Amino acid sequence: MLTIAGHKFSSRLFGGTGKFSSSEIMKKALDASGCEMITVALRRVNLNDPGDDIMSIIDRKRYLLLPNTSGARDADEAIRLARFARASGGGDWLKLEVTPDPRTLLPDPVETLRATEVLVKEGFIVLPYMNADPILALRLQDVGAAAVMPLGSPIGTNQGILTRFQIEIIIEQARVPVVVDAGLGAPSHAALAMEMGADAVLVNTAIAVAGDPVIMAQAFAKAVEAGRMAYESGLGRQQRESMASSPQSGLEFLD
Amino acid sequence: MEIICNSEPRQVAEGISLEKYILDLDLNPNTVVAEYNGQIVRREDYADYIMEEGAILELIRFVGGG
Amino acid sequence: MNIVFDYPAFDKLHEYFHTIERADVDRALFSTRPGLKDLAALLSPAAEECLPAMARRSAEITEQRFGRVIQLYAPLYLSSVCCNRCSYCGFSVDNQIERRVLSLDEAEAEAFILNERGFSHILLVSGEAPKVMGVDFFESLALRLKDKFASLSIEVQPLTTAEYARLFKAGITSVAVYQETYDRQIYEQVHLSGRKCDQQYRLATPARAASAGMREVGIGALLGLADWRAEGLALGLHLAWLRKQFWRTAFTVSFPRIRPAEGGFAALQPVSEKNLSQMIFALRIFDPDVGLLLSTREEPRYRDGMIGLGSTRYSAGSCTAPGGYLDPDSAGEQFAVGDHRSLDQVCSAIRARGFEPVRKDWDSMFQQHAA
Repeated sequence: MLTIAGHKFSSRLFGGTGKFSSSEIMKKALDASGCEMITVALRRVNLNDPGDDIMSIIDRKRYLLLPNTSGARDADEAIRLARFARASGGGDWLKLEVTPDPRTLLPDPVETLRATEVLVKEGFIVLPYMNADPILALRLQDVGAAAVMPLGSPIGTNQGILTRFQIEIIIEQARVPVVVDAGLGAPSHAALAMEMGADAVLVNTAIAVAGDPVIMAQAFAKAVEAGRMAYESGLGRQQRESMASSPQSGLEFLD
Repeated sequence: MEIICNSEPRQVAEGISLEKYILDLDLNPNTVVAEYNGQIVRREDYADYIMEEGAILELIRFVGGG
Repeated sequence: MNIVFDYPAFDKLHEYFHTIERADVDRALFSTRPGLKDLAALLSPAAEECLPAMARRSAEITEQRFGRVIQLYAPLYLSSVCCNRCSYCGFSVDNQIERRVLSLDEAEAEAFILNERGFSHILLVSGEAPKVMGVDFFESLALRLKDKFASLSIEVQPLTTAEYARLFKAGITSVAVYQETYDRQIYEQVHLSGRKCDQQYRLATPARAASAGMREVGIGALLGLADWRAEGLALGLHLAWLRKQFWRTAFTVSFPRIRPAEGGFAALQPVSEKNLSQMIFALRIFDPDVGLLLSTREEPRYRDGMIGLGSTRYSAGSCTAPGGYLDPDSAGEQFAVGDHRSLDQVCSAIRARGFEPVRKDWDSMFQQHAA
């Protein structure tokens, strides 16, 4: 069973709450996905049109909240957002995002590492969103990240896992769970991440903007489960060539 | 008197508490976090927190996000 | 870092081998990410008939990762005084051998001889007798030698993290410390007295050396004490654990086979050349990046035959008695060497096989600015 910072999860699919066409559909889709942890963002209240309060929709008993620091452009902004999240009753969990480039929304490795270090010391359970850089993953673990969240491809691009080679190294070396985040556009992408040995995946856009988000949420749930089962049953071994039995060639020197 | 809330100048009644102001905006004080002149205010203090002229207030809450 | 390596008892490790079939071996041979079960398959009796295929696979991985090179090193014995009573070792406290402790000047002179012979990687070896030869000595010697050698390794008594950090600063680049056997019962049986009786302290030593910042840490088992298959599995577990914890450190594994030594100790469970080869190939396939050592304990025939098949580092021209390079008649060696050829002769043998003997691949001067 997946355990992050001592908390057990029976579902390896984490959900997002952004980009849904309505609160009602979001609620149903999350329900169908079976996920137990969901991300939320923090924003200033629009005083002229406050709109729905997401906290009145989410069942906190059912879902563990993973506030993100989306919008932060450097470590200081992310740290400020994190403190807001905690003050808002969001708990200690945090998906740390530092994305200075508004075009690609790729995470800043230097600021992410710096913020992780500070926030871990403040008692946050930090899950940093990161580019799929194996050394960065290790450095983040060294400063106390509870999990690492490498991207499959840039946020919202639906391109799947373009960083396969690096994510494989990250998984191989990891001392904490690896959650593949961003770019998973189809259930097959999620299944691949799980087959590779990822501990969990986080999916938002692909479910939220699907023709039928509720059915798509189910599809992702099944894909994640199938991928995990395949991984656990010993997949991931690709035979590069078949074994030919041969005589004692080359070892005649042995006594 | 005037305060700055979320970067907008807003007219508020003299001596209004933070909690009353949040309620007047039709918001739930339990899900809104307030930063008053750069300091996060503890939720249990909202009711007794009296705002002053020229205060800079940030009201923040969770929204959907991935 | 307060983390401790633990591993299953030998009878539990044996269970891994019971269920293995030929198909498991085939799968392990070409697995892209071999796990513990694969290592067990490669070490199993079922894999014995696949030894040529294992050799080819191991050679292929080694060439891909390290190229066609063999790195050379020589041991420099500093002291044969030892407080431990270990039934297999020539330096054991009870043995009536001529004991010798080199002075700093003598040690430096020995090192310069090795340097003139063309070595730039040396391994400083000492018996465990901290009062006779301790950290101060190693530190002073490292400071004297660091500019002459590309790397300085030590194989001495287990030290504390702070002591390792001190030695790293002085120019020591790597630490070798072998568990001798991971079989806890046999460990007790062969270590009769002395500080080495503390298995746990010794087991935690590679982690201390790594956390002190050493560039490289070597582990190993003395083959012939316990069941070599389970030994290989325990080594693999230890290696994988160390890699996870200390990703900045490079690791090596050594496979010393028990050689005739003073005290007349015979291997409790003899390990054949075939067994040794299987172990080397298995470790290579399990971990493509690990450095594998093959010492002069083995004979020229075997060492030449193994060139390119998995090992990446050979010792050469070794003498295992303190002072033995200056005075070849020095008595009191730790074990009898099997390959008496000179460095040049070993280099020729390596070249004859189409490999390049490498005497230097890192300059310890680069680490002088390290914290």
